[in-house]
Amino acid sequence: MLLATAGPLDPATRSFLSPTGVEVVFLLVGLAVLGSAVITVTTKQLVHAALWLVVSLGGLAIEFLLLTAEFIAWVQVLIYLGSVVVLVLFGLMLTKAPIGRSPDADSGNRWVALGVALAAAGTLVTLVVDAFRTSWVDLGAGGGSTKVTGESLFRHWVLPFEALSVLLLAALVGAIVLSRTRDKRLPRPRAGKLRAGKPVGSNGPAARVTASTTPPQES
Amino acid sequence: MHLVYPAVLAALLFSVGVYGVLARRNVVLVLMSVELMLNAVNLNLVAFDAWLRDSLHAGQALTLFTITVAAAEIGLGLAIVLLVFRTSGTADIDRLTALGDPNEDTAEPETAGASENKAAAV
Repeated sequence: MLLATAGPLDPATRSFLSPTGVEVVFLLVGLAVLGSAVITVTTKQLVHAALWLVVSLGGLAIEFLLLTAEFIAWVQVLIYLGSVVVLVLFGLMLTKAPIGRSPDADSGNRWVALGVALAAAGTLVTLVVDAFRTSWVDLGAGGGSTKVTGESLFRHWVLPFEALSVLLLAALVGAIVLSRTRDKRLPRPRAGKLRAGKPVGSNGPAARVTASTTPPQES
Repeated sequence: MHLVYPAVLAALLFSVGVYGVLARRNVVLVLMSVELMLNAVNLNLVAFDAWLRDSLHAGQALTLFTITVAAAEIGLGLAIVLLVFRTSGTADIDRLTALGDPNEDTAEPETAGASENKAAAV
């Protein structure tokens, strides 16, 4: 039974004029996703853009559910809606984004960007429709359930999975190193050295130099 | 389900992300558009995984990897954006035209002191 080739070989049986229920739901949710994505990239209010991104990514989670990728859908909800959008909101707040409408949210070359995006959309949609017009996805229940995904992930994809954890650790360390503040402060005590009777940072030539250059502080 | 629906949706979503990356001015909004493009790729991967019925589920595994890499990317990207905002005072891409730190002259004694401290710590 060649299930993988069952799709392209029966082109005439499925018509676009009689969509199934899954297709209707997919189309409606897809329209919502596209609309909220367009609002995300065009709105003048920066915080609203992040909130419309929530709608777009949540709709994509529903699309994943409709494509029977159950585990991916919940990972999408957890990571994108849970952490990425919160990080983006933190980024907007920490860079002092204006709360109201900001008229300079869009760059001056937005018409060029619109042209490029429309050209890319036209090319990609034409190509994709021409290539996969007759392809039929045979959706079976449980194709992407947690059991199936976990089995394939921990049986065939263990090594990339572990490499990914190393990558996450490196990203964590990098983010901490990047966001550390490098302001002037007194030298901290070195580890493994007992300093009895002296206040912290009052010994050593470097500390004396810093103490002479910095304004005197109250003890 | 016809494969055309998810494929066309992914193509359109990718184009919306391209428009956002090119037309936005704020760095955080550019990062959000990058997230949209990554999600379009994820949708394509999941749809083709369901179409091809891969026994290894390579599409779904790769989608998980993409989601994780996107999370790491947004964390590091926002750290870099905050650093740039702290040094140059703006998160506007059009104004970030110079690679160097504009107030590097005023920061000169501080870096000297920091290197001295580092040398003393070593």
